[in-house]
Amino acid sequence: MTLICLHFHVHQPQWLRRYTFFDIDHDHLYEDRERNLTILNALSEKCYLPANRMILDTIKRHEGKFRIALSITGVLLDQFENHRVDVLDSFMRLADTGCVEFIGETYYHSLAFLFSRREFREQTMLHKKKIKMLFGQTPRTFRHTEFIYNNELANIVEKMGYHCILAGSADNVLGWRSPNHVYQPAGCRKLKLLLRNRRLSDDITVRFMDTQWSEYPLLADKYANWIHTMGDMGDVINLFIDYRIFAEREREERGIFAFMRSLPGEILQHPGFTFRTPAEIARNLDPVAQLDVKDNIASSDAEYNVHDWLGSSLQKDAITSLYSMEAKLRRRKDGGLLHTWRLLQEAENFHCMHTGKRADGDEMDTFSNPYGSPYDAYINYMNIIDDFSGILGKKRSSTYERA
Amino acid sequence: MKILMFGWEFPPHMSGGLGTACFGLTKALAGLGHEVSFVIPKMLGESGSAHVRLISASGIPVRKKSMETIKIFKGLDIRLINSTLKPYLGARSYDNGMKKKSSKQPGYESGRSETDASQVFEISPYYGPNLIAEVIRYAQVAGSISQDSSFDVIHAHDWMTVLAGLYAKEKSGKPLVVHIHSLEFDRCGEHIDENIYYVERFGMAAADHVVTVSQYTKKAIVHRYGIPADKITVVHNAVSRTEAGALYHVEKNPERKIVLFLGRITFQKGPEYFVEAAAKVLEKIPDVTFVMAGSGDMMPRMIERVAELGIGKNFHFTGFLQGTEVEQMFTMSDLYIMPSVSEPFGISPLEAMIYDVPVIISRQSGVAEILHHALKVDFWDVSEIANKIIAILQYPNLVAEIVEKSREELHSVRWETAAEKIVEVYHRVVH
Repeated sequence: MTLICLHFHVHQPQWLRRYTFFDIDHDHLYEDRERNLTILNALSEKCYLPANRMILDTIKRHEGKFRIALSITGVLLDQFENHRVDVLDSFMRLADTGCVEFIGETYYHSLAFLFSRREFREQTMLHKKKIKMLFGQTPRTFRHTEFIYNNELANIVEKMGYHCILAGSADNVLGWRSPNHVYQPAGCRKLKLLLRNRRLSDDITVRFMDTQWSEYPLLADKYANWIHTMGDMGDVINLFIDYRIFAEREREERGIFAFMRSLPGEILQHPGFTFRTPAEIARNLDPVAQLDVKDNIASSDAEYNVHDWLGSSLQKDAITSLYSMEAKLRRRKDGGLLHTWRLLQEAENFHCMHTGKRADGDEMDTFSNPYGSPYDAYINYMNIIDDFSGILGKKRSSTYERA
Repeated sequence: MKILMFGWEFPPHMSGGLGTACFGLTKALAGLGHEVSFVIPKMLGESGSAHVRLISASGIPVRKKSMETIKIFKGLDIRLINSTLKPYLGARSYDNGMKKKSSKQPGYESGRSETDASQVFEISPYYGPNLIAEVIRYAQVAGSISQDSSFDVIHAHDWMTVLAGLYAKEKSGKPLVVHIHSLEFDRCGEHIDENIYYVERFGMAAADHVVTVSQYTKKAIVHRYGIPADKITVVHNAVSRTEAGALYHVEKNPERKIVLFLGRITFQKGPEYFVEAAAKVLEKIPDVTFVMAGSGDMMPRMIERVAELGIGKNFHFTGFLQGTEVEQMFTMSDLYIMPSVSEPFGISPLEAMIYDVPVIISRQSGVAEILHHALKVDFWDVSEIANKIIAILQYPNLVAEIVEKSREELHSVRWETAAEKIVEVYHRVVH
């Protein structure tokens, strides 16, 4: 039996507003609330509601045989609670089916693990509580923001009580080995590791839209066929997919909904294949080997590291400035400030400061950077950091003050 | 390939941005094995470069028959009255400086001396009030030159030489490429000189192909001049490192940062936005020095405005800089700003980058299309200009990143690439 693990990650960054030097010490509102609400509403109508409806129908149609995993960040769940209870309801109805596993992650879509273990644990616990409260499940599976992964993370996550961890496409660490098995992270005793099948996942997330692709257009029966021929070579096939594939109008026009609706049926036609959630897989399958991953790997980065978020000096400067405030911030014991600080941890903010070629081959300026350019993103962010430092008591030392 | 090129500027014979571009381009063309004969209005002193054959239009005899004025071009009607044309508005300082010289230089003034069957023209290359007359004389001479030399293609830079190009095409039957470095709308906003506009439009319509320096200018040519887009090829300018010369070892004062504007102080270059942004910055950081280098018709107004704002203590006007002074200025600066209202290309940010100076450039510029590591602003957004100036002064990591990435980017901005694209255009029009 080959198990298909279909996982969707759902997140929407809370963008920061345009914040100039002249706003410092005058205005302490950092979020672009209007823009974020507009995006939330647009995605609710185009993506969350119709996709949830489609998934719900498909789950019901297959009477328990179609099962998926969902990860939704805490910041997005907050948005739903505050502005779109209807969307939250539709996710709850998915939870009610018993066929959807909700997965743990950092509440604020952060990279805290790389800078503050305490903050990482707190955010993960916050998220766990939130999922329990909203969906009645205690997350047993963990995935890090952007599928960043290494041994150390796995060991901490195991100690926190998780049974399974998802990681990105680790082709370079795997070498000749296949991602289609369950592995055990080096140093762990119980935790199971599932690795994203890069090719089959990217067929849906990337190549589905590529009219130059020899397999275009991708239809469910063809895709199911590929999966069936892969069955001999593994125990699991892990498809980790960004939920936003349902948000693009063009992709919708090219039939992404129809594809996803008919895919489970096509896959299940072969009796040797069934859908399982990560926690179920971790329960049922033993690891084939240990996997030793010392350096960070990530999902969307071709170099399999965190270069896209932390590669440039701008990114490093911004994120170090942010985390260096932690001690002072915690001494203040102010929940509001803590929340603001955590909102600033959004990984996408650092991604937007990436200069040079992005790992996915896009020049940075073809990627629609909400801040305009990486430099604008950095300037904006550092102005906010300056203001926030001011609130915390002591201004961040800056060039002109030293002068 | 043999190219007959017409240009109003060529270093060391008058050199603004146009001359710099013509120099870089012809040098790269020569490097690719092409022969360029370059016709300038008049040689001043010795000829500078070996890579082109420089021809002075002044002093070349023109047969009287070809004196039948400009009417040869049907549909083009320009009035030959004493107009006060200034193709590069506000080039006043050039004029002033040159007039002094010319008075001591007999035979400098434009005019003609007659022989039996032909006339010899003296053509002034300066952007004076009689420019249109000079342009027409230059065009008439072009006819003669084109009969005497053998070439495969004609290449004319900007409106001043468009008529010359057309004459040469008429006489020789060879294809004409018109190269637009700037348009009348760039120089003057909406207050254009209709004569110049007509020459530009007529020239581009009659040319076999049009080359321009940016997508920005191409759009303007399509929309304002009605030239079909497929007749226009964009060839971005470049910068050569050798132009920068030897680096000056000027110690920058870390306590007093210098923010530089360098260019003609004219409407097109947006100097007032620089002044207003300076005032905003000084409210927040009192010890920054702003330098406005250059001259132009808006200079007096800028000086008044600086006084009004009470920021004269931190604001310096250097007047027109040339040669090594320019290099020195760049070397001393911590930031270069080009807030142009409308800039077809804009080579000077590239020059600043050679000196590791970070740049803030107007989005309304062609050079913004090729620079990914410059900060970009809308010229009218004074607060945003100020915000970015402060960011550069305040965040050393930002400067380090921009400078490092700009160095890499400069390597790909080469005249050779431009020349290759130009040669492709030649091949398209030469049959």
